[in-house]
Amino acid sequence: MKLIVSILLSALLSFVAGLYFPWWAFAVAVFAVGALIPQQPFKSFLAGFMGVLLLWLVLLLFLNSNNNGVMAERVGNVLSVKGGAAVLIPVTCLLGALIGGLAALSGAYLRKR
Amino acid sequence: MRTIPFLVSAAATIGLVTVLNTRWNVGGSETPRLGGFLSPQHGFWQNAAPAEEDFGGKLALNGLKGKASVYFDERLVPHVFADQEEDAFYVQGYLHAKFRLWQMEFQTHAAAGRLTEILGVGKDSAILNYDRQMRRLGMVYGAEKTLETMHRDPDTKRVCEAYTAGVNAYIASLRESDIPLEYKLLDYKPEPWTMKKIALFVMYMSYDLSGAEHDFEYTNAKAVFSQADFNKLYPVTQDSLDPIVPKGTTFTPTRPLPVTPLTADSLYFQWKDSVQVSFSRPDKDNGSNNWAVAGTRTASGKPILCSDPHLSLSMPSLWYEIQLHTPGFSANGVSFAGVPSVIIGYNDSCAWGFTNAMRDVRDYYEVKFKDASRSQYWFDSSWHMTQFRVEEHGIAGGGVFRDTVAYTNIGPVMYDASFSGEGRAPQQRNFAVKWKAHDGSNEWRMFYMLNKARNYNDYLQAIQNLGSTGQSCIFASKSGDIALWQQADFPAKWRRQGDFVMPGDDSTFFWQGFIPRIENAHLVNPERGFVSSANQLPVDSSYPYYIGGVHDLYRGKIINRKLSGMYGITPADMQRLQNDNYNLFAETAMPIFRKYLDRSKLSPKEQKFAQILDAWNLENTPESIGATVFSHWFDSLEQEIWYDEFKQVNGVYTWPEEYTLAEQLLKDSAFPFINNIETPAAETLFDVVTAAFKKASAQLEVLEQNNTLAWSKFKDTGIRHLLRMEALSRFHLTTGGGRHIINATKQFHGPSWKMVVHLTDETEAYGIYPGGQNGNPSSKYYDNFVDDWAAGKYYKLWMMKQTEAADPRVKWTLHFEPAS
Repeated sequence: MKLIVSILLSALLSFVAGLYFPWWAFAVAVFAVGALIPQQPFKSFLAGFMGVLLLWLVLLLFLNSNNNGVMAERVGNVLSVKGGAAVLIPVTCLLGALIGGLAALSGAYLRKR
Repeated sequence: MRTIPFLVSAAATIGLVTVLNTRWNVGGSETPRLGGFLSPQHGFWQNAAPAEEDFGGKLALNGLKGKASVYFDERLVPHVFADQEEDAFYVQGYLHAKFRLWQMEFQTHAAAGRLTEILGVGKDSAILNYDRQMRRLGMVYGAEKTLETMHRDPDTKRVCEAYTAGVNAYIASLRESDIPLEYKLLDYKPEPWTMKKIALFVMYMSYDLSGAEHDFEYTNAKAVFSQADFNKLYPVTQDSLDPIVPKGTTFTPTRPLPVTPLTADSLYFQWKDSVQVSFSRPDKDNGSNNWAVAGTRTASGKPILCSDPHLSLSMPSLWYEIQLHTPGFSANGVSFAGVPSVIIGYNDSCAWGFTNAMRDVRDYYEVKFKDASRSQYWFDSSWHMTQFRVEEHGIAGGGVFRDTVAYTNIGPVMYDASFSGEGRAPQQRNFAVKWKAHDGSNEWRMFYMLNKARNYNDYLQAIQNLGSTGQSCIFASKSGDIALWQQADFPAKWRRQGDFVMPGDDSTFFWQGFIPRIENAHLVNPERGFVSSANQLPVDSSYPYYIGGVHDLYRGKIINRKLSGMYGITPADMQRLQNDNYNLFAETAMPIFRKYLDRSKLSPKEQKFAQILDAWNLENTPESIGATVFSHWFDSLEQEIWYDEFKQVNGVYTWPEEYTLAEQLLKDSAFPFINNIETPAAETLFDVVTAAFKKASAQLEVLEQNNTLAWSKFKDTGIRHLLRMEALSRFHLTTGGGRHIINATKQFHGPSWKMVVHLTDETEAYGIYPGGQNGNPSSKYYDNFVDDWAAGKYYKLWMMKQTEAADPRVKWTLHFEPAS
C-alpha cells in the first residue's frame, strides 16, 4: 500500500513541480517523498522510478499521439536518432525514471538510521 | 542517516542531473541541455503542435486601443480586421511573433552581427568573422541612422510602435515551455522586440539586395588584363540587351553631369596592383521578375500584374501571407516577419511588386592612415581625425570579443590589419566602404503608403521614400494604369566609377551627387501595352549616367518577347509564363555547339550525349536531359576558355558573365582568350568546344550511373532551414527552370513568392510561396505549400470582406480586445 501511495505521490508532486520549476525539480519532489514515507531503500527507489516513469510515459504518449509523431521524427533526425518516438519516448522515460529512483533512494537513506 | 549510501546515491542523482543539464560538444556541434530538452513538461515535446490545433480564441491584451478580429482561412492565412489602424499593426506584430518568433529574431541577429551570441564563434571563427563583417559594413550604424529617420516621421513611429507592442505582447505571454523549438535546440531565450530591429531588418534587405558589385574582383582583373581586354570581358552594355526602358528612348539631363577626375587616367585606370580581400556576398541571382500588362492586352480589358521575387529559399519562409483591413485601407499579400504592413500585394484599387535594380550602390576606397594607431587619415592634402566605434561581440557560453572599427568621412573602414579573417591574408592596406544605406532613409514608409495607395499618383508618392535599396517598382491599378519606376537615390557616376577600388584621399573621386529622381528610368502606360523588369540594365547606352552593377540579360528578353506576342491574356496565361522553362541563353549559345563541335573526335558515348543535345527542345523541364548536358558543356567551356588566363590574377576574381562569353564567341571565332596560354599549340574554337564537350561527357557519365541525369535530379532543388538542419528542411524537390530562365529556380534559390493579380472589379488574385504559415516544424502548416509550389500550382488569394465572417472558408476566429 505504501508503495502504491509513494508511486502516485511521486508522480503527482513531479507533475506539479514541473509546472512551476525547472526540469530537474521533479528530482527534489521525489527525494522529499522518499524522505517522508518510510520504506525499504529498494522500495523507495522503485517508487521514485515508477512514479516518474508513469508520469512521463503518459505525458509523452499524449503529446506525441496528438501530433501524430511529427515532432519526434523531426527532432530525432536533428539529434541523429533513428526511429522517432519509438526510440525517444522509452529513452526519455528511462532517463527520467533513473533520476527519480536515485533521488528517492537518497531520500530513503537520509531518513534511515 | 546512512551516510555513505546517502552520499553515493545523492552524488549519482546530482551527477546525472548535471550531465543532462550541460551542453556537450559532439562531433563539432553543441548538443542542447538534454534534460530540459527532453523533459515532457519543458522540452521540445511541449512544442509538438496538435494535428487538429485550434487557432481561435479570445485575448485581452495591454496596448490595444479597440477591438480586432482575425479570421484564419484553411491555409492559416490571417485576415485581420481592426477598427483602428494601430490595432491592425499591433495584431500583425502579435501574429508574426506567434508563428515566426524565432525566425524574426534570428534574421535581425544576423543583420546586427549578433550570431555569435547564439551560435558561438563557429568552426575557424566563421561565425565571428561573419558578424564582424556585418558590423564593419556598418549594418548597425546604418540601422541607427534609419531609426532616427523613422522616429522623425509620426506615422512610422506610431505604426512601428504599435507593431512592436504586439510582438512584445506575444513574447510576454510565453511560458518557458512554449518557447519555439529552435531556442531550445540552441539554448537561449527570446528578447524583447524593438523598433531598432525593424530598422535592422530593413538594413538586411538592403544588404541582401546590394550584392551587384565586383570592386575587388575587377581591381584584381584590371591588374592583369589590358584596358581593351577588360572592356571585352566586362562590357558596360550587352549587344543584345532589351532594357527596361525600350531602346531608342532619349534622355535629357536636368543638371550638370558628373565629371571624371583629372587624375583618373594616371591613378585609377592604370592601377596595376591587386587587392587581398575576400567578401562573402549574398547570392548574385538575388533578383526577380515583374511585369504588368495593360487592358489592351488582356481578355477582360483590365490590367494584370505579376511579381515573383527570387531569393534564397528557406524554412521558415521569408514571406508570411496576411490581409490587413482597417477603415482606411484593405491590403492583401505577403509581409516580412519582423516588419509591419504588406510588402508585395494589392488593395482594393491597385497592385504592386518589386525587382532588384542590381545597381552598384556601394563603393570601396583605400584609406591612408598616419600610423598603426589609425587615429589620423590623409584626405585632400591634410590629416583628419578618425572616429572609432567599438563593436562588442558576445559569445555563446561566455566571453566578449571587442572589435574597434575606424570611421572616416567615407564610412566604416571594413578592412584593415585588424581584420584578416574569412580567408583574407593579413594586410596593411585599409579599405573603407561608402554605401547609400548608411545615410538612413525611411524605406518602410513606402510599403505603408502602397498599402493605402488608390492611384498612380499615390504610388508615385509612396516610392519617393525608397532611398538606398534600388528597386524596379511595378504598379497597376483598376483604373487601367500600368507603370514601372526604377527608384532610389542612385549615385550619379562617371563611366566606370566605382568598378574598382578608388583612392580615398581625394574628394574628386567621391560621389558627386545623385541622379535626379525625375531622371530615374521609368515607363508609364507605354504604347506596347506592358511594362516589365527582370534585373536587366534599365536603359541602353544613351543614358547619360554610368549604371554599373551586375545584370541579367535573358529573363528580361524572353519575358518581353513572349509578352509582345500575347493578346487576350488571362491570369492562367500569366501563371504559365511565370513557370516558363524556356532557356533563351541556350538558344543563344547552341550555334556555338552546332558549328564548332568536332564530332569526328567523339567516342560513341560522347556521340550519344551530343545527339541528346541536338534533339533538345531548349526547355529546362524537370525531366529534361538536354538541359543537364547543356549546362555541363557550357560550364566546361568557360573552364577551358578562362581558367588559364585567370590563373594569373592575384586575389579574388570573377569570370565574365555567361552571356559575355556567348556573345564574344558568336561574333569572333578568333577571340584571343580561346587559346590556352599554358600550351605551345594555338587552340581554335573547334578545339576548346570539343574538349569541353568531352570533359562534360565524363561528368555526365557519372550522373548517368547515379541516375541523376534528369535536370531536376541534377539540380536538386531544396528549401533549407535557416540553421541548415536537414531534418527541418525540405530537400529533393522536382522542379524545372534555372538561371536566366523565367522560372528562375536553382538549387537553394528561386521564386520565393509568385503572385498574379487581375485588377477586375472584384480582384482576382493568385499566389504561392515555398513554405507554410506556421514556423513550428511539427505543424502541418510548416511546409504544406511546398509540393504545390514545386508543381507550379497557385492558390486563389482571398481578399476577405467584413461581411464574410460566416464564410465557410473561415476556419478559426481569434478576437482581440484591450485588457481592462
